[in-house]
Amino acid sequence: MSLKAFHLVFIAISTIMAVGFGGWCIAQFFTQDGGAGYIVSGILSALAGAGLVVYGIRFARKWKDVSFI
Amino acid sequence: MEIPYTVKPRPDTGLYNGKLGMWLFLASEVMLFGALFSSYVLLRVNAQDWPRGADLLNVPLATGNTILLITSSMTMVMAWAALKMNDFGKFRKMLGITIALGIAFLILKGFEYNDKFSHDLYPATSTFYAIYFTLTGLHVIHLLGGILVCAWHALFGKSFWEKHPEQFTNRIEVTGLYWHFIDLVWLVMFPILYLT
Repeated sequence: MSLKAFHLVFIAISTIMAVGFGGWCIAQFFTQDGGAGYIVSGILSALAGAGLVVYGIRFARKWKDVSFI
Repeated sequence: MEIPYTVKPRPDTGLYNGKLGMWLFLASEVMLFGALFSSYVLLRVNAQDWPRGADLLNVPLATGNTILLITSSMTMVMAWAALKMNDFGKFRKMLGITIALGIAFLILKGFEYNDKFSHDLYPATSTFYAIYFTLTGLHVIHLLGGILVCAWHALFGKSFWEKHPEQFTNRIEVTGLYWHFIDLVWLVMFPILYLT
């Protein structure tokens, strides 16, 4: 697996992580009586997840000529 | 005597030797960290009472560290891309940013450790802190190793690049594989230790 392929796997896992962390923050707000900071963090984290998806797609398109192996 | 398959792939493996060697090394690292993660799971499921990581550890600091490492993986790839475009100046710049992000991670981790030590919280304090310091400490050592290798390439790599540009580019690719692996370990560690 080349660095290109590993980077794409890494970005995919980072995206899941960002969305998951966003969900965790929202859950903290409702279940642990967290402050508004949790809601803001949750939204920012979800946005970061969306940003990572866009980055990943652009990266894959730009590097389409480089091998996955 | 020239070392074979440093640039061209070996016909039987389909990879140049450096890349195959790095994947074999990373496989051994998976076993090392995998054993520790398994230990964590076993300790946790067998404990009568296990603390919630978010109550004991600094989640905002760890979130900042996660952002630093994800960004550093991007700059690492950009450094490799710069070499593929024969731009050594840009490579140095991107690798320099990667190193700076790695050092920033270590500084934040230092603040975190300092906070724990100032409150008399050590590995011997509890099983939770024992596994926390073991996992994060081992990760810090690996990251430190990655920073040193990157710094070596950035500071002393130019003459090798001028003589063997393709081989140097491959060296940066395998360094990038290692760097990504270390970042990936943190992405597993962060939710397990800090959020649950």
